Amino acid sequence: MFKLDGKVALVTGASGGIGSAIAATLHAQGATVVLSGTREEALKEQVAALGGVRAEYVVANLSDAAEADALIGKAEEKAGAPVDILINNAGLTRDNLALRMKDDEWNQVLNVDLSSPFRLCRAALKGMLRRRAGRIVNIASVVGATGNAGQANYSAAKAGMVGMSKSLAQEVGSRGVTVNVVAPGFIVTPMTDVLPDAQKEKLQSQIPLGRLGKPEDIAAAVLYLCSDEAGWVTGSTLHVNGGMAMI
Amino acid sequence: MSEIADKVKKIVVEHLGVEESKVTPEASFIDDLGADSLDTVELVMAFEEAFNVEIPEDAAEKIATVKDAIDYIEKQKAA
Repeated sequence: MFKLDGKVALVTGASGGIGSAIAATLHAQGATVVLSGTREEALKEQVAALGGVRAEYVVANLSDAAEADALIGKAEEKAGAPVDILINNAGLTRDNLALRMKDDEWNQVLNVDLSSPFRLCRAALKGMLRRRAGRIVNIASVVGATGNAGQANYSAAKAGMVGMSKSLAQEVGSRGVTVNVVAPGFIVTPMTDVLPDAQKEKLQSQIPLGRLGKPEDIAAAVLYLCSDEAGWVTGSTLHVNGGMAMI
Repeated sequence: MSEIADKVKKIVVEHLGVEESKVTPEASFIDDLGADSLDTVELVMAFEEAFNVEIPEDAAEKIATVKDAIDYIEKQKAA
């Protein structure tokens, strides 16, 4: 089950905690993975960690529309085959209370977290439609559904991603292409490691399953949605949050 | 029939899986040949690839029949 032999998967934000776990999981199931991110050194290390086999990388800055538009083509060049699986995982946060939020903080987050995934979906779908097969998994967030003080921009982008995915799923379903969302809860990454212990404990107390999430928890959900076995699942959002929000 | 017309017809037959006899110049992709809106987008993509032309969005919207497609491509090729 859940084998991806012969498939090419592009993972954006692959140098981050969740992105690298997704790439490693898809790779372990047989996929050729193309890692994209902004930090070349980190991507190189990732490729090396995967044994340098069936693994490539492309440096891309997704805040640049032209780079986002070109990424699918570059990935296919590197892999030597079309992209069968697209994982829109790259994202950034610029947290601030709305009253203090600058236009720039709003625009930057919407651009990287919502517009660039759209660009990548549009570019990838062309080939997927022609081949009558394809998997897109967009990585959103629990805050897209619940909201979060200080994250009006990020929550809006992630909620937007869910609506976008549902629309795309309806457009391309008849061609055997699925578009789904994984919405992670609170995951342990270098970004969250720096939080004070007291705050981590408080977060943990709100999670029925009693621990913070691991990147691998998210990767497993992504793998399912990428697999042939998930062929009758589209337009759905899989919440992976330890029960923190049951939606 | 021109070479372009032949090729257009072939693409339409292949893509929509319809009988060749139904693909007359006047045939409308949606009304006569059973295409949905995504089919028309895919047809335009297929024409672009096959003839190495670019069909911009506003031109693509006007291509409703087999003849529309042939005329547009012939014009592009002649230019």
